[in-house]
Amino acid sequence: MHKFANPTQFMRIANAIYPWVAGICVLLFAAAIPIALMFSPPDYQQGETVRIMYIHVSSAWLMMMIYGIIAANSAMFLIWRHPMANLVARASAPMGAVFCALALITGMLWGQPMWGTFWVWDARLTSTLILFFLYIGYIALADAFEDSERGDKAAAILALVGSVNVPIIHFSVEWWNTLHQPSIIKASKEGVDSSVHSSILLPLFLMMGAFTMFYFALLVLRLRSELLAAKIRNARLSQIAGHSAAQPAE
Amino acid sequence: MAFENFAAFIDMGGYAAWVWTAYGLATVALVGMLVVSRRTLKARTREFEEMKANRK
Repeated sequence: MHKFANPTQFMRIANAIYPWVAGICVLLFAAAIPIALMFSPPDYQQGETVRIMYIHVSSAWLMMMIYGIIAANSAMFLIWRHPMANLVARASAPMGAVFCALALITGMLWGQPMWGTFWVWDARLTSTLILFFLYIGYIALADAFEDSERGDKAAAILALVGSVNVPIIHFSVEWWNTLHQPSIIKASKEGVDSSVHSSILLPLFLMMGAFTMFYFALLVLRLRSELLAAKIRNARLSQIAGHSAAQPAE
Repeated sequence: MAFENFAAFIDMGGYAAWVWTAYGLATVALVGMLVVSRRTLKARTREFEEMKANRK
């Protein structure tokens, strides 16, 4: 684990897997989109609106997974001061916010025709909205200080404190009686169990896979950007330090 | 195929506005993230190369 804290080592692996992740992502989308939109059957209760589910659940899965990644990396950054962990969290946060917004909006677009309302203040929807604010808070805090290290630390602490919200979102449909339907996929020791027919599960899994690969592919690109920004910042700082030592006054 | 013809596909069982808006927004969000991330990487790479060139 600790050897991945070295940015050079980390990026060597990340860059090596990048073409594979990007390629698998394209293939998964090429399979998922036509199956989700055309070849899968309509739901017997929800009709064609069930097709919204494929992107709604995929976005919701990503917003949860990315928050988990941010929280885990924030912990590694705070405990071991791994700079790479901090960059992974920083590069992920805007994507998490976008997927969270997408989950909320596609949920509304599904809720209005099926429930008769865009929004209810139930546990699932409210805790998801809180997750969105946590993402926005993280992004704002990370850039709020002149001294970027203080911002990184403050944002990492917020990410850790906010991680209590993730299990609340996950279990909200079981803990509280809500308008939101319960999970359709349940992982158990016997494997993945579901009450839903495979003709609907197949496009869902393909779409979730495509979204997941999309995140990891973009993460590599965004980490390259973050590392370049850090190099530029460090070079400027040493340049300023060098100049002021050589010529104290203009 | 779940639809009889192309018109039925576009109509989405009467839910066209909801289904297509959702897929449209998802497309905008994903393509947008891709474009912004690639543009940032290009700009940073250029900035870094220029900085290296100026130092020499």
